[in-house]
Amino acid sequence: MTDTSVIISSPQITELIDLVKQFHGFDFSGYTKASLKRRIIRIMQLKKLGFYDLKHILVNDPHFFQDFLEEITVNVTEMFRDPSFYKAVNNQVVPYLSTYQHSKIWVAGCSTGEEVYSMAILMREAGLSNKSFIYGTDINTEVLKDARRGIYSLRNIKSYAENYQFTGLKGSISDHFTILYDAASIHNELKQNTLFSVHNLVSDGVFNEFQLISCRNVFIYFETELQERILDLFYKSLCPLGYLCLGSKETIRSDSFKKKFKVINSKENIYQKVGA
Amino acid sequence: MAPDKKLVERWRAAEILLLGGSAGSFKLLFQIVKLLPHNLNKTVIIVIHRKKNFFSEIEKLFAENSRMQMREVEDKDILNRNTIYIAPANYHTLIEKEGTFGLDVSEAVWFSKPSIDVTFESAAEVYKERCIAILLSGANQDGAEGLLKLKNSGATTIAQHPGDAEMDEMPRAAINIGAAEYILHTEEIFNLLNTP
Repeated sequence: MTDTSVIISSPQITELIDLVKQFHGFDFSGYTKASLKRRIIRIMQLKKLGFYDLKHILVNDPHFFQDFLEEITVNVTEMFRDPSFYKAVNNQVVPYLSTYQHSKIWVAGCSTGEEVYSMAILMREAGLSNKSFIYGTDINTEVLKDARRGIYSLRNIKSYAENYQFTGLKGSISDHFTILYDAASIHNELKQNTLFSVHNLVSDGVFNEFQLISCRNVFIYFETELQERILDLFYKSLCPLGYLCLGSKETIRSDSFKKKFKVINSKENIYQKVGA
Repeated sequence: MAPDKKLVERWRAAEILLLGGSAGSFKLLFQIVKLLPHNLNKTVIIVIHRKKNFFSEIEKLFAENSRMQMREVEDKDILNRNTIYIAPANYHTLIEKEGTFGLDVSEAVWFSKPSIDVTFESAAEVYKERCIAILLSGANQDGAEGLLKLKNSGATTIAQHPGDAEMDEMPRAAINIGAAEYILHTEEIFNLLNTP
């Protein structure tokens, strides 16, 4: 299944990181190297490129970089991934959000939008549709086009429906879609409460104040120092007592940030901003 | 039958014990977990295929019956000795660098997430000859390529004897590409792991 002939060394990875930064302005130096290496090997296999071809095309073909960016970042996502997480948000965070006239939610690293719409459905089920707005951001412009469209393959909806059932939400996931042939289109009512835009967690700053930030399965690709820089960005982007959700295998380990974020749910990694 | 002398030496020297299994491997892994002593002085990593929303009791069952520490891998966990790590469902588990785990939610490999190949390949990159890996029963070909990479990097590689495996496709795939230096019967695997 994998072409074992593609080999790339660690210094070559560093060389590519430097080249991408120099020519395209994206800094991958804080990304975890084992994952990054797998992604680069995958691109070389898909495009049938050797290391020198890859370097050449990265510098000389402006269109190639978009493909590269799309492949190098992992865009595997689901609606209601980890149903127990959505259940916990519903029980522990939604009551807090409902106390606001209007709440803003940021899904950072939203890829093709599935988690943004999951959150929108959760808000709708809680009766907060008109009182909430969800921002989805990603490093990658191409995946955001899909996110804005909000049309997903029916094949995937089946597994999303199973996730949905485990969340304990009422009704079924199909209440939120219109089925068109082999695709499911998210209801406009849900789309109206969302905005998708490009934001690079590595280099971009605070752009709004939020009651809830969800950034799940993004930190796994970042080394500890970069994680801490982004935790600082999230801290500054949250209102006092605002909530931060990380992936179910991602915990805050740094002592200084443990003081700034109180654990609300240790299994689902839901935190609340505390301190000044 | 007493285990091969050279194999015993390599077993003693190994720092990391990798175990990969799929369909038909659960009972065997359970027995292995049960027999490993608390002072094994190695890091044990288990990759077993399972369904994502199947809230399995695997970790609990293993933990209750093991004399070693047991942990489901989380992002940036440190590899400790005398601990058994289990790859979580719906993630790939990688050795990020010396002493650190990494996780990844990218595409399934051989329809599997966790994939045995992914863990084995990254262990081969970092720990090389310090690994000993055993590929057990399973109904697909995940793990074979990973086992080959381990072998090529100097690790000790073992496949369960296909005649003993409940599902023989997985160990057979590894044997077919020459990834297994040793092909051991179930009893021989137990004997080896029981050797202090």
